[in-house]
Amino acid sequence: MADRRRNWGLLAEFQNPARLLEAAQAVRERGYTKFETWSPFPIHGMDDAMGLKGSRLGWIVLAGGLTGLTTGLTLQWWAGTMAYPLVIGGKPLFAWEFALPVTFELSVLLSAFGAVFGMFALNRMPKPFHPLDRVKRFKKVTDDAFFLSIEAGDPKFDLEESRKLLESLGGTGIVVVEE
Amino acid sequence: MGHHKEFIDKPMLDAAVTGRAFKLAAVIGGVGLAATAAGLAMGEKEQFFFSWLVAFMVFTTISVGALFYTIIHHVARATYSAGLRRTAENVAANLPIMAVLFIPVILGMHTLYHWTHAEAVAEDPILQWKSGYLNDTFFLIRAAAYFAVWTALIWFFRRTSVAQDASGDVALTFKMRKYAPIGVLAVALSITFAGFDWAMSLDPHWFSTMFGVWTFAGSLVGFYAVQALMVLWLSKPGRYENTLTVGVRHDAGKLLFAFTIFWAYISFSQYYLIWYANIPEETAFFQHRLQGGWENVGRLVIIGHFLLPFWVLMSRHMKRNRTVLALGAGWMIVMHFVDLYYVIMPNFHTHGPHYHWMDLTALLGIGGLWLAFIIRRYQKAAGVAYRDPQLIASMEYDNA
Repeated sequence: MADRRRNWGLLAEFQNPARLLEAAQAVRERGYTKFETWSPFPIHGMDDAMGLKGSRLGWIVLAGGLTGLTTGLTLQWWAGTMAYPLVIGGKPLFAWEFALPVTFELSVLLSAFGAVFGMFALNRMPKPFHPLDRVKRFKKVTDDAFFLSIEAGDPKFDLEESRKLLESLGGTGIVVVEE
Repeated sequence: MGHHKEFIDKPMLDAAVTGRAFKLAAVIGGVGLAATAAGLAMGEKEQFFFSWLVAFMVFTTISVGALFYTIIHHVARATYSAGLRRTAENVAANLPIMAVLFIPVILGMHTLYHWTHAEAVAEDPILQWKSGYLNDTFFLIRAAAYFAVWTALIWFFRRTSVAQDASGDVALTFKMRKYAPIGVLAVALSITFAGFDWAMSLDPHWFSTMFGVWTFAGSLVGFYAVQALMVLWLSKPGRYENTLTVGVRHDAGKLLFAFTIFWAYISFSQYYLIWYANIPEETAFFQHRLQGGWENVGRLVIIGHFLLPFWVLMSRHMKRNRTVLALGAGWMIVMHFVDLYYVIMPNFHTHGPHYHWMDLTALLGIGGLWLAFIIRRYQKAAGVAYRDPQLIASMEYDNA
């Protein structure tokens, strides 16, 4: 370790989801804002415990859906009445009845794109490297381990105080993570 | 978790609360039925039978929707719905009462169903071809079978559920899970054929293989709307405010929203296939319903049963708001009625809608009676399955 890296923050492991939930609640109540919980699966009640606000993802999905709706309708109307005005099966050149399935499908498709890619964007993914990747034990987070991290950038962060807090909440294997 | 929840509400509702509600429902029902009977006595026989059939279908479908929900809870081994379970059981337990209210439909069979006239069948090859299924005896046998299946199922599920209130025996939960899959199958088949028999056969030449699932979709929309209103009523302070949390209300709203979309998907698919194929024997059904003023009722169904609730109930904020959910659910019950009215009534008023006061009195009469019987069950047993092993876990879900 010749070069001196800056501190990214602290990481603590918790025994089970219930302990992690309690810890998140306590850390929030102490006024921390830049902290994160890590678990192999979503934990009911974690959003409230961490004080997370509602996601903006719904609006992105709505925008995707409305784009699909407009595109689907105008595409069929334009193709059927302007570009290729052909009578097929005795049907009108444009009718909402036959336009609806494609419109619906395109609305669903672009809503889904909004949900998936919007989620990636809001989570700032893909992210090839994160300071926590330096911690070997952290690999278990995709299997059976539960972690809480507090970033050094948090105004309330104090290496000793924060470490003591995590210890008092039942955190084990507390490590300082380098940037 | 942070603070473990426990059941702290009183198991029974206050007698004063249920007593008041029972009286109100019974008075509405009594007045409605008396007025409808007066209409019949005044000689408006045909109008009476059609008005009665619409009202009967509204509340029968809602009760069957409740039966389905009671059973699917056990099929899915759901946790979230443990607090909602008793509501569905109490609504579905009205099915034997619907069997009694079916008697006027039997008495009016020859007014309602064209295929019951032997002379009409004699000169109609299509009806002759269908007479193996569409004949008086088999129609009555089938109706008896539907009510027998529904009654047996709800008798078993509600009795077992109430027995658990007393014993707290977890084995009863497993017993209900064991019989649930066959129950779901029986409900699916019975509601499909009940829809064919009671509503689709009004126009005996016409057929749609989607009619069964359309009946089912409407049943669930109606039931989820009733359930949302009941949850709002039951979660008031002093009732089950700690058990039926905002998360449970949110779930009730989500179910209503989801099945409003499901209904729209099915209704449109039925219309779309008929429109596209454009075969006269199929399009006749929509032809009556798109002229003489009926097209306006159709527009109301599209807007009121789908577009409006779709935008109103979509947001999480709206579903968690008591007033918005109450308005949305109340509106959807009215729309369930309009939807059935639009399918049934054009068989009688073929040249355009003719609104009659008996449409309303029959609806209030059956509805009031139906509600009074539901409230009776809250006077006799706990309003939530409070010793259900999943109940505490269901209270922890807050849909955050």
